[in-house]
Amino acid sequence: MQSLGIDVLFKGSNFMRLLEGLRTAVRISMISVTISILSGLAVGVLMTSKNRVLRLVFRVYLEIVRIMPQMVLLFIVYFGTTRVFGWNLGAELSAIIVFSFWGAAEMGDLVRGALVSIPRIQYESSFALGMTRAQTYLHVILPQSVRRLIPLSINLVTRMIKTTSLVIMIGIVEVLKVAQQIIEANRRNSPNAAFGVFAVVFLLYFLICWPISRLSTYLEKRWS
Amino acid sequence: MTERTILKISHLRKEYDGRVILNDFSLEVKKGEVIVIIGPSGCGKSTLLRCLNALEDIQGGEILLDGNRVQKNSKNVSVMRQKIGMVFQNYDLFPHKTVLENILLAPLKVQKRKRSEAEREALELLEMVGLADRRNDYPRQLSGGQKQRIAIVRALIMHPEILLLDEITAALDPETVHEVLEVVLSLAKNESTMIIVTHEMAFAKAIADRVLFMEHGEIVEESRNPGEFFAHPKTERAQKFLQSFEYQGTKRCGK
Repeated sequence: MQSLGIDVLFKGSNFMRLLEGLRTAVRISMISVTISILSGLAVGVLMTSKNRVLRLVFRVYLEIVRIMPQMVLLFIVYFGTTRVFGWNLGAELSAIIVFSFWGAAEMGDLVRGALVSIPRIQYESSFALGMTRAQTYLHVILPQSVRRLIPLSINLVTRMIKTTSLVIMIGIVEVLKVAQQIIEANRRNSPNAAFGVFAVVFLLYFLICWPISRLSTYLEKRWS
Repeated sequence: MTERTILKISHLRKEYDGRVILNDFSLEVKKGEVIVIIGPSGCGKSTLLRCLNALEDIQGGEILLDGNRVQKNSKNVSVMRQKIGMVFQNYDLFPHKTVLENILLAPLKVQKRKRSEAEREALELLEMVGLADRRNDYPRQLSGGQKQRIAIVRALIMHPEILLLDEITAALDPETVHEVLEVVLSLAKNESTMIIVTHEMAFAKAIADRVLFMEHGEIVEESRNPGEFFAHPKTERAQKFLQSFEYQGTKRCGK
């Protein structure tokens, strides 16, 4: 059998550089995921608002996010705003803005779905006890929605982590970019590196996402 | 029963998309009185209870509890609802909370009572309905009858002036209906004021101080003598309704 090309990673600081790239990817996704979940909760509540204009605004927002490829959004924010508005956003900041913009919409839609799936009688039996609207949301509706949300939002989180690989398009050196660089640099003496290095990248993504989906299974079991 | 009127409904009108559900409905309830409302489905009896708890807005008339107006979207609606306990057909406990948490939620969050004090009362009430040992269970671990008894406790701990029971046994297994009705009967003996909507005629006869027979959003017949009403209803409509609870078909012919 031919060499798998993994040996390249043990040359010099290659493996450390790869991990460094992974850290960048994880940092961008974690910040975006956190912002998305928090603002998604608010967006979701607003999406169930009785106000039709408000609902329409969020509907349009969600559709824009769904229709636009994330890469286009990245280009608009990173390249577009510089020319048109004169903003000089850093690549990482642009990435966080785009992924949060995307995540908040998707998360909001999940929250909306979870909220409307709670039967109306749950609101009513809470109101009947004298609870206010805010207390009802806080103690009755949101805790139940969160339990329904977990599996869906975990799916979104892992999707977001994987999609951060797009940031190489705006020049961020994350794990995939480092992998490419290592492969390029060793093209001559390790022509098989493409297989080994990308396989390791796959493994790294797996190591990040797998515990998250295990957590989801665990929470689902505990709360079912 | 005292002579003090605590709930006064006058000329209540409720419409749904132009369809009249309750028409010029008036009723006075005295403290300690148990009123049973019966009638065919869609006669407006459940809607009436929902209006009394301000879960529905009303299109005319007014509802006064101790002289204070009960109205949806009014500022004091939460205060008024604390005085009006309600138990629903499907118990509707909060599934993510244990029995004790279900019961304590409103006393702690709405009435701002001390946990130790509220918890003591919760346990007393649980003892009363025979479920003290289930306090740490989740609703899904309980039978329908047990859940309904918990729902009654959840309403009682707020010390409501009046208790509204909306077909609380309709969703239960026949075997567990009894345990719930026993609890309600013991409340009646303790002079609780209640408005009960039910299809359990024997129970209605046993517990009612006054029976109202409703149809099309109006009171068709009213009786302060339940024994008399169930034996000899005066209106033809009530007679027909009560007969429908007795099965009169027979397999043998010519008998």
